[in-house]
Amino acid sequence: MKREKVIQSLISIAAVIILLVILNKVLTPFQARIFNLGGIYIILAISMNLINGFVGLFSLGHAGFMAVGAYTSALLTMSREAKEMNFFLEPIVPWLLDVQLPFPIAIIIGGLMAALAAALIGAPVLRLNDDYLAIATLGFSEIIRVIFTNTQSLTNGALGLKGLPYIGVTDSPKEAIWWIWGLVIITIVFMVLLINSTYGRAFKAIREDEIAAEAMGINLFKHKMMAFIIGSFFAGIGGALLGHYMNTIDPLLFRYLLTFNIILIVVLGGIGSITSSVISAIVVTIAQELLRVLDGKMQIGSLIINGVPGTRMVVFSALLMLVILFYQRGLMGTNEFSWSWFKKLPFKTKKAKIS
Amino acid sequence: MLTINNLSVHYGGIHALKGINLEVPQNKIVTLIGANGAGKSSTLKSIMGLAKASGGSIKFNGEDIVNKPTTNMVSKGLVLVPEGRRVFSNLTVEENLFLGAYLRKNKEEITKDLNWVYELFPRLKERVWQKAGTLSGGEQQMLAVGRALMSKPKLLMMDEPSLGLAPLIVKDIFGIIKEIHRNGMTILLIEQNAKAALEVADYGYVLETGSITLEGPGKELMVNDEVQKAYLGEHK
Ligand SMILES: Nc1ncnc2c1ncn2[C@@H]1O[C@H](COP(=O)(O)OP(=O)(O)OP(=O)(O)O)[C@@H](O)[C@H]1O
Ligand SMILES: [Mg+2]
Repeated sequence: MKREKVIQSLISIAAVIILLVILNKVLTPFQARIFNLGGIYIILAISMNLINGFVGLFSLGHAGFMAVGAYTSALLTMSREAKEMNFFLEPIVPWLLDVQLPFPIAIIIGGLMAALAAALIGAPVLRLNDDYLAIATLGFSEIIRVIFTNTQSLTNGALGLKGLPYIGVTDSPKEAIWWIWGLVIITIVFMVLLINSTYGRAFKAIREDEIAAEAMGINLFKHKMMAFIIGSFFAGIGGALLGHYMNTIDPLLFRYLLTFNIILIVVLGGIGSITSSVISAIVVTIAQELLRVLDGKMQIGSLIINGVPGTRMVVFSALLMLVILFYQRGLMGTNEFSWSWFKKLPFKTKKAKIS
Repeated sequence: MLTINNLSVHYGGIHALKGINLEVPQNKIVTLIGANGAGKSSTLKSIMGLAKASGGSIKFNGEDIVNKPTTNMVSKGLVLVPEGRRVFSNLTVEENLFLGAYLRKNKEEITKDLNWVYELFPRLKERVWQKAGTLSGGEQQMLAVGRALMSKPKLLMMDEPSLGLAPLIVKDIFGIIKEIHRNGMTILLIEQNAKAALEVADYGYVLETGSITLEGPGKELMVNDEVQKAYLGEHK
């Protein structure tokens, strides 16, 4: 049984790799961009789902942790020349000027810095509940943004950083798909193992009933802290990927709107399911690109509508409200993908025929 | 096994327990009965470290455990079946049971106890993959008891296990309590259903607004006039 599962997982990973090879050949740059952004959003959505969906913490700090990861990785990978070009208002702090690490190391440090931030902020705020936790984490995220806007010699302030190196170790944009989707696979595998471990079960128990969980001997604070730190680590990684992929970051990118985007994915998919976050991240990323038409000029017959920028987000917000009002479980609730679906399939159709 | 001395619990200004003394000897069933709001749940919560005691001492096998973290209580062998069952609704029956064994490491023994629980509650065995929230009230109570047993307790504390159950199911539950007791378990049982509780109990306490007003062997309390009037609804 267990062996079977391992083999199944290995086969699916191999299939994904083959798929990536093919996609890397056939996708147009525009399609590849959507595909890669979808991958980054998968990592972000899964990490948020760990905190909000599995442990049930109402945290709104994702953008803050992403900012920490993105800035850390950016500053650690940019060359001396690139930094000098960026920091023209005020020179960068000297100890950072000549630091230039390979991308894989920088991105891990980015994740670790986000995790460290989570550990510091988590200690006081994770004792809060529900709305208070939401407000505190949202506040944290905004504070990070304000700090990054004002530390001119460290983050270049409101000007942001331009010319981040491409994702990868060679200076080629073609490498991105491998790193991003490699990290997607690592994130998924790690989360699935975590969720199915004793810790994962304890997370879900805390979500279901804190008092009962405590009565079982589960240390609430320790587990909340653990999920918060792990989730933030992956948020940092996701933020770093996003920064490198877009080549430019500035504090405005990490507004609460970014957190909102990820919540949208998590809620539309289903809170507490990894599979749904994966599917939802891809669907939402594609839809957001396709719905870009709404923001531009539109022609329906002879009627010309001058698009209002932001219409897209209105549509998505409305969609989110509809889901919350009428279909709270999201796309698939807390259910997960499983191979047994395929085994059940013929059985189901047989039953349908009989009745 | 468990000795409570002069235990007090305050919630803000409310004095919920006003210095109670209670003793649970090894291998006995002790029951604590009392009206709504008497402080029964508060007693169990303070034993488990879920509510803060403001005074007094709680000794478990001679060791002072008052106001220690709940995790420590569970690992020492105290376990609580909370009031209102509190099963993990969106988790399966089996996941709920494994959560009871959360602090245990020995896989073989856990499996052994899992089988024992399934023997005690065959209805749970039929429903291993069912979500706990979809179980009937009686089945949920069985699950809550089974989950507690999975932690391999030395002292099992139950807060109103018969709450909201049909008389027939109540009989089942009390049958199970006796069965568990025969296996050598020490039990502290809280009940509103005084008759059923005093029938199984070796010793009973009556709690009234935070103080113990009566105590004695179960059989004696059963025939006590005051108990009959107040809790058994019989008039003479
Ligand atoms: N967390 C709390 N905060 C404030 N007051 C509380 C709290 N918990 C219990 N109380 C109060 O303490 C008193 C005793 O409550 P407790 O739950 O122990 O009663 P009980 O005997 O278990 O009653 P029941 O049979 O209704 O469950 C009640 O007056 C209750 O209102
Ligand atoms: Mg009570």
